[in-house]
Amino acid sequence: MGSTLTLVVYLPSTRHLLRAKDLIDARYREPLDIQTLARVAHLSSAHFSREFRRTFGETPHQYLLTRRLERATALLRNTDHSVADICLEVGLTSVGSFTTSFRRVYGVTPTAYRRAHPPAAARARVPTCVLQAYARPQSRSFREDSRTARG
Amino acid sequence: MLKQLTHVQVWVHDQDEALKFYTEKLGMELREDVTVPELGNFRWLSVGVPGQEDVAITLMDIPGPPVFDEETRQKIQDLLSRGASGGLFFSADNAQATYEELKSRGVDFTQEPTEQPYGIDAGFRDPSGNHFRFMQQS
Repeated sequence: MGSTLTLVVYLPSTRHLLRAKDLIDARYREPLDIQTLARVAHLSSAHFSREFRRTFGETPHQYLLTRRLERATALLRNTDHSVADICLEVGLTSVGSFTTSFRRVYGVTPTAYRRAHPPAAARARVPTCVLQAYARPQSRSFREDSRTARG
Repeated sequence: MLKQLTHVQVWVHDQDEALKFYTEKLGMELREDVTVPELGNFRWLSVGVPGQEDVAITLMDIPGPPVFDEETRQKIQDLLSRGASGGLFFSADNAQATYEELKSRGVDFTQEPTEQPYGIDAGFRDPSGNHFRFMQQS
Protein backbone atom coordinates (compact mmCIF):
# COMPACT_ATOMS: atom_id res chain seq x y z
CA MET A 1 0.00 0.00 0.00
CA GLY A 2 1.16 3.51 -0.58
CA SER A 3 1.21 4.37 3.07
CA THR A 4 4.03 6.13 4.84
CA LEU A 5 3.41 4.25 8.05
CA THR A 6 4.84 0.77 8.23
CA LEU A 7 3.39 -1.34 10.96
CA VAL A 8 5.15 -4.29 12.45
CA VAL A 9 2.46 -6.33 14.07
CA TYR A 10 2.90 -9.46 16.06
CA LEU A 11 0.62 -12.19 14.84
CA PRO A 12 0.21 -15.52 16.62
CA SER A 13 1.68 -18.47 14.73
CA THR A 14 -1.82 -19.90 14.45
CA ARG A 15 -2.77 -16.96 12.23
CA HIS A 16 -0.09 -18.04 9.76
CA LEU A 17 -1.32 -21.62 9.96
CA LEU A 18 -4.82 -20.36 9.24
CA ARG A 19 -3.40 -18.78 6.09
CA ALA A 20 -2.31 -22.24 4.94
CA LYS A 21 -5.73 -23.67 5.75
CA ASP A 22 -7.36 -20.84 3.81
CA LEU A 23 -5.03 -21.55 0.90
CA ILE A 24 -6.31 -25.12 0.82
CA ASP A 25 -9.89 -23.85 0.77
CA ALA A 26 -9.14 -21.38 -2.00
CA ARG A 27 -6.81 -23.47 -4.18
CA TYR A 28 -7.74 -27.12 -3.60
CA ARG A 29 -8.10 -27.46 -7.39
CA GLU A 30 -4.35 -27.05 -7.78
CA PRO A 31 -1.63 -29.59 -7.02
CA LEU A 32 -0.79 -28.10 -3.62
CA ASP A 33 2.24 -29.55 -1.92
CA ILE A 34 3.41 -29.31 1.66
CA GLN A 35 6.25 -26.95 0.71
CA THR A 36 3.80 -24.38 -0.67
CA LEU A 37 1.58 -24.59 2.38
CA ALA A 38 4.48 -24.49 4.81
CA ARG A 39 5.85 -21.36 3.15
CA VAL A 40 2.55 -19.56 3.63
CA ALA A 41 2.60 -20.53 7.30
CA HIS A 42 6.21 -19.35 7.72
CA LEU A 43 7.30 -22.79 8.88
CA SER A 44 9.66 -25.46 7.66
CA SER A 45 7.97 -28.38 5.95
CA ALA A 46 8.97 -30.67 8.79
CA HIS A 47 7.40 -28.43 11.42
CA PHE A 48 4.40 -27.44 9.40
CA SER A 49 2.37 -30.65 9.31
CA ARG A 50 2.81 -31.19 13.03
CA GLU A 51 1.85 -27.63 13.93
CA PHE A 52 -1.13 -27.71 11.58
CA ARG A 53 -2.36 -30.86 13.21
CA ARG A 54 -1.83 -29.48 16.68
CA THR A 55 -3.84 -26.38 15.79
CA PHE A 56 -6.67 -27.77 13.69
CA GLY A 57 -6.84 -31.38 14.83
CA GLU A 58 -5.95 -33.00 11.52
CA THR A 59 -3.03 -33.06 9.13
CA PRO A 60 -2.91 -30.63 6.20
CA HIS A 61 -3.19 -33.58 3.86
CA GLN A 62 -6.33 -34.81 5.57
CA TYR A 63 -7.79 -31.34 5.43
CA LEU A 64 -6.95 -30.99 1.73
CA LEU A 65 -8.37 -34.38 0.82
CA THR A 66 -11.58 -33.88 2.78
CA ARG A 67 -11.98 -30.44 1.23
CA ARG A 68 -11.61 -32.02 -2.22
CA LEU A 69 -14.11 -34.74 -1.38
CA GLU A 70 -16.56 -32.20 -0.01
CA ARG A 71 -16.25 -30.13 -3.20
CA ALA A 72 -16.70 -33.31 -5.23
CA THR A 73 -19.99 -34.04 -3.49
CA ALA A 74 -21.17 -30.51 -4.32
CA LEU A 75 -20.29 -31.02 -7.97
CA LEU A 76 -22.00 -34.41 -8.00
CA ARG A 77 -25.16 -32.86 -6.59
CA ASN A 78 -25.19 -29.61 -8.52
CA THR A 79 -23.67 -30.37 -11.94
CA ASP A 80 -23.87 -33.05 -14.59
CA HIS A 81 -20.07 -33.29 -14.92
CA SER A 82 -18.72 -36.83 -15.21
CA VAL A 83 -17.05 -38.49 -12.23
CA ALA A 84 -13.70 -38.40 -14.03
CA ASP A 85 -14.07 -34.67 -14.73
CA ILE A 86 -15.06 -33.95 -11.14
CA CYS A 87 -12.01 -35.84 -9.91
CA LEU A 88 -9.78 -33.50 -11.93
CA GLU A 89 -11.85 -30.44 -11.08
CA VAL A 90 -11.20 -30.89 -7.36
CA GLY A 91 -7.46 -31.30 -7.86
CA LEU A 92 -7.14 -35.08 -7.73
CA THR A 93 -5.37 -36.88 -10.52
CA SER A 94 -6.31 -40.53 -10.13
CA VAL A 95 -9.94 -41.50 -10.62
CA GLY A 96 -9.20 -44.83 -8.98
CA SER A 97 -7.96 -43.38 -5.71
CA PHE A 98 -10.67 -40.69 -5.83
CA THR A 99 -13.35 -43.36 -6.03
CA THR A 100 -11.66 -45.38 -3.30
CA SER A 101 -11.40 -42.44 -0.92
CA PHE A 102 -14.90 -41.31 -1.75
CA ARG A 103 -16.34 -44.72 -1.08
CA ARG A 104 -14.46 -45.03 2.19
CA VAL A 105 -15.83 -41.72 3.41
CA TYR A 106 -19.36 -41.75 2.05
CA GLY A 107 -19.94 -45.48 1.86
CA VAL A 108 -21.06 -45.36 -1.76
CA THR A 109 -19.50 -44.70 -5.14
CA PRO A 110 -19.66 -41.16 -6.56
CA THR A 111 -22.28 -42.29 -9.07
CA ALA A 112 -24.49 -43.80 -6.39
CA TYR A 113 -24.02 -40.68 -4.26
CA ARG A 114 -25.23 -38.52 -7.12
CA ARG A 115 -28.34 -40.63 -7.61
CA ALA A 116 -29.21 -40.46 -3.92
CA HIS A 117 -28.71 -36.72 -3.32
CA PRO A 118 -30.69 -33.88 -4.79
CA PRO A 119 -28.98 -30.48 -4.71
CA ALA A 120 -28.88 -29.07 -1.15
CA ALA A 121 -29.54 -25.61 -2.56
CA ALA A 122 -32.96 -26.82 -3.61
CA ARG A 123 -33.77 -27.43 0.05
CA ALA A 124 -32.11 -24.56 1.89
CA ARG A 125 -30.57 -21.24 1.03
CA VAL A 126 -27.20 -21.36 2.77
CA PRO A 127 -23.97 -19.57 1.91
CA THR A 128 -21.12 -21.46 0.29
CA CYS A 129 -19.00 -21.11 3.41
CA VAL A 130 -21.62 -22.93 5.46
CA LEU A 131 -21.93 -25.71 2.91
CA GLN A 132 -18.16 -26.07 2.77
CA ALA A 133 -17.72 -26.03 6.50
CA TYR A 134 -20.50 -28.44 7.38
CA ALA A 135 -20.36 -30.81 4.42
CA ARG A 136 -16.66 -31.59 4.72
CA PRO A 137 -16.29 -35.20 5.87
CA GLN A 138 -14.64 -35.87 9.20
CA SER A 139 -11.00 -36.76 9.02
CA ARG A 140 -9.88 -40.29 9.26
CA SER A 141 -6.95 -42.21 7.92
CA PHE A 142 -6.67 -42.31 4.20
CA ARG A 143 -4.50 -44.69 2.31
CA GLU A 144 -3.09 -41.63 0.57
CA ASP A 145 -1.85 -40.25 3.89
CA SER A 146 1.47 -41.92 3.41
CA ARG A 147 2.05 -39.95 0.24
CA THR A 148 2.62 -36.26 -0.15
CA ALA A 149 -0.24 -33.77 -0.27
CA ARG A 150 -0.12 -33.89 -4.04
CA GLY A 151 -3.44 -35.32 -5.16
CA MET B 1 -38.49 -2.04 21.85
CA LEU B 2 -35.17 -2.38 20.09
CA LYS B 3 -35.05 -0.04 17.16
CA GLN B 4 -31.97 -0.46 15.07
CA LEU B 5 -28.62 -2.25 14.86
CA THR B 6 -25.92 0.41 15.13
CA HIS B 7 -22.60 -1.34 15.84
CA VAL B 8 -21.19 -4.80 15.47
CA GLN B 9 -18.03 -5.69 17.32
CA VAL B 10 -15.02 -7.42 15.84
CA TRP B 11 -11.99 -8.47 17.89
CA VAL B 12 -8.69 -7.46 16.32
CA HIS B 13 -5.09 -8.22 17.23
CA ASP B 14 -3.91 -4.70 16.60
CA GLN B 15 -6.13 -1.66 16.19
CA ASP B 16 -3.68 0.37 14.10
CA GLU B 17 -3.18 -2.49 11.69
CA ALA B 18 -6.92 -3.13 11.58
CA LEU B 19 -7.68 0.53 10.90
CA LYS B 20 -5.28 0.54 7.96
CA PHE B 21 -6.74 -2.67 6.60
CA TYR B 22 -10.39 -1.68 6.93
CA THR B 23 -9.91 1.80 5.49
CA GLU B 24 -7.10 1.42 2.94
CA LYS B 25 -7.82 -2.09 1.71
CA LEU B 26 -11.54 -2.53 2.26
CA GLY B 27 -12.36 1.09 1.49
CA MET B 28 -14.30 1.74 4.68
CA GLU B 29 -14.40 5.10 6.39
CA LEU B 30 -13.30 5.95 9.91
CA ARG B 31 -16.31 6.73 12.08
CA GLU B 32 -15.03 7.06 15.65
CA ASP B 33 -11.57 6.98 17.19
CA VAL B 34 -11.65 7.92 20.84
CA THR B 35 -9.10 6.98 23.49
CA VAL B 36 -10.22 7.24 27.10
CA PRO B 37 -7.32 7.73 29.56
CA GLU B 38 -9.41 7.05 32.65
CA LEU B 39 -10.33 3.66 31.22
CA GLY B 40 -6.75 2.52 30.86
CA ASN B 41 -6.52 4.11 27.41
CA PHE B 42 -9.41 2.10 26.12
CA ARG B 43 -9.81 2.97 22.44
CA TRP B 44 -13.24 3.05 20.86
CA LEU B 45 -12.49 2.62 17.18
CA SER B 46 -15.15 2.14 14.55
CA VAL B 47 -15.36 2.11 10.78
CA GLY B 48 -18.23 1.79 8.34
CA VAL B 49 -19.18 1.20 4.75
CA PRO B 50 -19.48 4.56 2.90
CA GLY B 51 -23.11 5.27 2.24
CA GLN B 52 -24.34 3.15 5.12
CA GLU B 53 -24.26 5.72 7.88
CA ASP B 54 -26.28 3.89 10.49
CA VAL B 55 -24.19 0.74 10.96
CA ALA B 56 -20.58 0.73 12.16
CA ILE B 57 -18.04 -1.97 12.85
CA THR B 58 -16.22 -1.54 16.15
CA LEU B 59 -12.64 -2.77 15.95
CA MET B 60 -12.02 -3.92 19.48
CA ASP B 61 -8.69 -4.65 21.06
CA ILE B 62 -8.70 -7.84 23.13
CA PRO B 63 -8.45 -6.56 26.69
CA GLY B 64 -6.45 -8.07 29.50
CA PRO B 65 -7.12 -7.39 33.21
CA PRO B 66 -9.33 -5.99 34.64
CA VAL B 67 -11.70 -6.98 31.81
CA PHE B 68 -10.36 -10.44 31.11
CA ASP B 69 -7.70 -12.37 32.93
CA GLU B 70 -4.62 -13.10 30.88
CA GLU B 71 -5.67 -16.68 30.13
CA THR B 72 -9.02 -15.58 28.74
CA ARG B 73 -7.36 -12.91 26.65
CA GLN B 74 -4.98 -15.50 25.23
CA LYS B 75 -7.84 -17.84 24.45
CA ILE B 76 -9.76 -15.19 22.53
CA GLN B 77 -6.61 -14.29 20.64
CA ASP B 78 -5.98 -17.94 19.88
CA LEU B 79 -9.51 -18.61 18.63
CA LEU B 80 -9.39 -15.49 16.51
CA SER B 81 -6.15 -16.46 14.84
CA ARG B 82 -7.44 -19.97 14.21
CA GLY B 83 -10.35 -18.51 12.29
CA ALA B 84 -12.90 -19.52 14.91
CA SER B 85 -14.43 -16.07 15.28
CA GLY B 86 -17.73 -15.11 13.76
CA GLY B 87 -18.23 -13.50 10.40
CA LEU B 88 -19.74 -10.46 8.76
CA PHE B 89 -21.74 -10.50 5.57
CA PHE B 90 -21.76 -7.69 3.03
CA SER B 91 -23.47 -7.10 -0.28
CA ALA B 92 -21.78 -5.96 -3.49
CA ASP B 93 -23.15 -4.71 -6.79
CA ASN B 94 -20.53 -6.64 -8.72
CA ALA B 95 -18.88 -9.54 -6.92
CA GLN B 96 -16.23 -10.20 -9.55
CA ALA B 97 -15.13 -6.57 -9.76
CA THR B 98 -15.10 -6.29 -5.96
CA TYR B 99 -13.03 -9.45 -5.72
CA GLU B 100 -10.49 -8.19 -8.25
CA GLU B 101 -10.22 -4.79 -6.61
CA LEU B 102 -9.73 -6.20 -3.11
CA LYS B 103 -7.38 -8.90 -4.36
CA SER B 104 -5.23 -6.29 -6.10
CA ARG B 105 -4.94 -4.48 -2.76
CA GLY B 106 -3.62 -7.62 -1.11
CA VAL B 107 -6.70 -8.98 0.65
CA ASP B 108 -6.48 -12.71 1.42
CA PHE B 109 -9.39 -14.55 -0.11
CA THR B 110 -10.73 -17.83 1.22
CA GLN B 111 -13.06 -18.23 -1.72
CA GLU B 112 -13.17 -16.73 -5.18
CA PRO B 113 -16.53 -15.48 -6.47
CA THR B 114 -18.73 -18.56 -6.80
CA GLU B 115 -22.12 -18.83 -8.42
CA GLN B 116 -24.85 -19.90 -6.05
CA PRO B 117 -28.58 -20.26 -6.58
CA TYR B 118 -29.09 -16.96 -4.71
CA GLY B 119 -26.26 -15.02 -6.35
CA ILE B 120 -22.47 -14.84 -6.47
CA ASP B 121 -20.55 -14.91 -3.21
CA ALA B 122 -16.92 -14.73 -2.13
CA GLY B 123 -15.03 -14.89 1.15
CA PHE B 124 -11.94 -13.25 2.64
CA ARG B 125 -10.23 -12.60 5.98
CA ASP B 126 -8.89 -9.61 7.81
CA PRO B 127 -5.34 -9.74 9.25
CA SER B 128 -6.63 -10.96 12.61
CA GLY B 129 -8.46 -13.96 11.15
CA ASN B 130 -12.03 -12.67 11.07
CA HIS B 131 -14.06 -14.08 8.22
CA PHE B 132 -15.98 -11.85 5.85
CA ARG B 133 -18.17 -12.53 2.87
CA PHE B 134 -19.85 -10.49 0.24
CA MET B 135 -22.65 -11.42 -2.09
CA GLN B 136 -24.07 -10.09 -5.30
CA GLN B 137 -27.68 -11.10 -5.13
CA SER B 138 -29.20 -12.47 -8.30
